[in-house]
Amino acid sequence: MAAGNPSSIHAAGRDARKILESARETVAGYCHARPADVIFTSGATEANALALHALGKGRPILIGATEHDSIRTAPGAITLPVRPDGTLAPETLEAALVAHPGALVALMAANNETGVLHDIEFAAKTCTAQGALLHIDAVQAIGRNNRDWLGMGATSISLSGHKFGGPMGAGALIIRQGIEIEALTKGGGQEQGRRGGTQALPAIAGLAAALGEPYEAGKIATFRDEIETFCINLGAIAAGSTAPRLPNTTNLALPGIRAETQLIALDMEGIAVSAGSACSSGKLAASHVLTAMGYGDLAGQAIRVSLPWNVTAEAVEKFTTAYAAMVKRALRKAEHSA
Amino acid sequence: MKIAVAMSGGVDSSVVAGLMARAGHEVIGITLQLYDHGAATARKGACCAGQDIYDAKRVADRLGIAHYVVDSEARFKKSVMSAFADSYAAGETPVPCIACNQHLKFGDLLEMARDFGAEAMATGHYVRRIDGPNGAEMHQAVDENRDQSWFLFATTRAQLDFCRFPLGGYASKAEVRAVALEMGLAVAEKADSQDICFVPSGSYAGIVEKFRPDALESGEVVAEDGRVLGAHQGIARYTIGQAKRLPDAAAHMVVKKIEPGTRRIVVGPRGTQSKIVTLRDVNWLVEPREIRATAKLRARDTLHPAAITPNGTGATLTLDEPALAAPGQAAVFYDGTRILGGGFII
Repeated sequence: MAAGNPSSIHAAGRDARKILESARETVAGYCHARPADVIFTSGATEANALALHALGKGRPILIGATEHDSIRTAPGAITLPVRPDGTLAPETLEAALVAHPGALVALMAANNETGVLHDIEFAAKTCTAQGALLHIDAVQAIGRNNRDWLGMGATSISLSGHKFGGPMGAGALIIRQGIEIEALTKGGGQEQGRRGGTQALPAIAGLAAALGEPYEAGKIATFRDEIETFCINLGAIAAGSTAPRLPNTTNLALPGIRAETQLIALDMEGIAVSAGSACSSGKLAASHVLTAMGYGDLAGQAIRVSLPWNVTAEAVEKFTTAYAAMVKRALRKAEHSA
Repeated sequence: MKIAVAMSGGVDSSVVAGLMARAGHEVIGITLQLYDHGAATARKGACCAGQDIYDAKRVADRLGIAHYVVDSEARFKKSVMSAFADSYAAGETPVPCIACNQHLKFGDLLEMARDFGAEAMATGHYVRRIDGPNGAEMHQAVDENRDQSWFLFATTRAQLDFCRFPLGGYASKAEVRAVALEMGLAVAEKADSQDICFVPSGSYAGIVEKFRPDALESGEVVAEDGRVLGAHQGIARYTIGQAKRLPDAAAHMVVKKIEPGTRRIVVGPRGTQSKIVTLRDVNWLVEPREIRATAKLRARDTLHPAAITPNGTGATLTLDEPALAAPGQAAVFYDGTRILGGGFII
């Protein structure tokens, strides 16, 4: 890896620039965009912030209720409710676009907690017809459920390298041709003046290298379904399981058992699951995604199980064994108190 | 065995985690987040977690044990802070640490530890658990100055059975700090925590005002015969036996009674104390029966010999000599170093 700064004009800088631009071409090709329309950032949080800032200026901002916090914290954003399965009703979007003409709509292609897919094709068509812009948070969908979102009519998409096997610290905002982006951080004018600050070249190179890895969606979905059926038989509720979903995600609520307890129990068996969203203290908040889907108290009793690309039958069995032991302990308590 | 350790981020519970790890147990450190530190200190941009959570995490890192932060804010607000204010509004003098031990540490956390598969739970309390012929017994700590048994009387026998208190046998806090130092724990020199953790300034009126502003409304200070002697700025500022904050006309008198309904503070001369003390929500660590024991009516109190008669979920205490008993405080029964039970003074 070159040690130069891609903005430097000496030989080491030129070498660095070559790596950077090659990465840009890879990302552009993968996302059906031109290299000039790829803006590297520190990750998807920054890419989302840049989209909200640059595209949302002077426009009402409409967001889905299950979006990531980097979108939900947009000041003044109007939240669109989702249906119990986590999807957005077509009429909800249509009505909001009529009520708020010229809006910027921000939707995630796939939800990070449930894997539920939004119908981006419909959203893009509707936004285009109403003169609205559409930003897609594609963080979870990249590599697992790719679509030509820009081709469908989306204005921009954001992605994050470490979600598909790259290192942490690099992401990108990819925009439709002809869209102007005003920087959040002007700095030294990098990324054609759209994102100041020296690029994290090692992380960006890693991001590009990780794109396009093979992904056996069918096999992974089979394992996921096996886990889900097993847990449902033990009393779990799988949120969003009736909607179109990513192949690797299941969100399992276990009535009466706090998410933290489940997380600790599974962690003790060497299984890393997540739940809700963690504050920097490590404290868990109830899932806003499940809350938006109407799950009430269960939003604090659900864990998110994400299967890695290389999941094995042994790993699935390890999970189901640990889950069954956890449920057994919970049942013993219920009998005890009954 | 798998043992959960309640870690506050202070030196005591940090040493407990270290002792359990050193003994070869699989230690699962848990820190309860009791309130939003950022909101409590009203600093803009401050994280919800305070220094204590950070310290607990670093101790766990140092010891190489698992550590989790558990959100207990809603429970703490309801069962401790709000109950604290309600108790003052009812004319009582509450002990929030007892409520916290009862509902959060030995209630929710202990249940959680059972649920995630722990076989025991250890805490940094200064009290001893001794296996007796009829199960686990609770005894005062060896270090009388540190003894916390009065605050733990509400621990049930089933809970006690599941608990370990490794610090109860230490002769002094200095010894515990020395162990922390020897383990290389950064908290070895950390200052002891203050009286009420959620009242960092030491003024609890702010909490009462937030939950029960009615308890800070002014009212009359009256003599036992009903004569009005002056005014007060809220019943929450008074406790039975208090001599401070009374009007000049009530100089040399003490609070005898607090009447929440009329917001009246009744004062009278010192000395006329009662022999009969009625208790509610009594927890027995022995089979409930009529007993003779010594009782502590406040955290730092001398022992009062008494006869104790169970009465439903409550009990009646007949003291040999009259003593001051403030409603809301606890009366805890001892036989030597052993805790037999206790209840809340009505």
